[in-house]
Amino acid sequence: MYDTSLWLGGREFKSRLIVGTGKYPSFENMREAIEASGSEIVTVAVRRVSLPGQGESLLDFIDPKKYVLLPNTAGCYTADEAVRTCYLAREAGLGTLVKLEVIGDSRTLFPDVLGLLEATRTLARDGFTVLPYTNDDPVMAKKLEDAGAAAVMPLGAPIGSGLGIRNPYNIKLILEAVTVPVIVDAGVGTASDAAIAMELGCDGVLMNTAIASAKDPVAMATAMRLAVEAGRLAFKAGRIGKKLYATASSPLEGVPEWTS
Amino acid sequence: MTVTVNGKPMELPAGLTIDELLTHLKVRREFTAVALNREVAQRSRYAETRLRDGDKIEIVHPMGGG
Repeated sequence: MYDTSLWLGGREFKSRLIVGTGKYPSFENMREAIEASGSEIVTVAVRRVSLPGQGESLLDFIDPKKYVLLPNTAGCYTADEAVRTCYLAREAGLGTLVKLEVIGDSRTLFPDVLGLLEATRTLARDGFTVLPYTNDDPVMAKKLEDAGAAAVMPLGAPIGSGLGIRNPYNIKLILEAVTVPVIVDAGVGTASDAAIAMELGCDGVLMNTAIASAKDPVAMATAMRLAVEAGRLAFKAGRIGKKLYATASSPLEGVPEWTS
Repeated sequence: MTVTVNGKPMELPAGLTIDELLTHLKVRREFTAVALNREVAQRSRYAETRLRDGDKIEIVHPMGGG
């Protein structure tokens, strides 16, 4: 079937699924799950090294030549912290494609959109390809695009909640409001949630907990790959309209009569 | 001199460079970055950047995250 690729920062991606690297039972399991997901982009956090330095590192299990790394700014509560974290990630050799988070509340992990907008502007000006994690708010999505975001990543539901796409209508409105790719980030619980995001017309889905904390992460990663592909196909195919009453699929004429 | 590395105070020889600190702490260089007093330290200048008493250093690398 004809389909376009996902373009981010001048790079082409065949997979529309982006996966995280946190919370897996083991590095080995993570590697298998990421492989099964078919993802080409994986998110990483930027954290203090343990001292003195130890042998094992995340990147011993994820080949940076095979995957595009997407450092995040999780845990940052101000624009300044988030921007500095991106500079650190760049100096560490993790590139300039960043998942920008500026958190406003520790209980819900909802974004502080004012800080997010400021950090997006700063980083875009400095040459970063900025993917901001934002609310499902079409007005803010447009402002982020205008500030230089390379995509907008509205949440489906709170991070790690598994509640699915709580407001599909707002996701639809965001798709109308911006021209950059829309990637649902956070809230996915199971395969149907990912399919719904794609059926709405989203350009991609980003998830971590739904795969990593499933009983069998490798199986769930496979399910997510299929769901994203199925949802995308259904969107491109163009679904039928919804009607309240039945419309027969079989001809109404030529029904044999059995009355005596 | 006393410098704070990743939140922990450390007693280190005066005039130590970032490069020497990383070697001393057995930190892997690949995909690692250093911030010195909130500013990102340039990798190319580790060998000439000397630490001073009271400096605050953050050494980071990628970890699992979403």
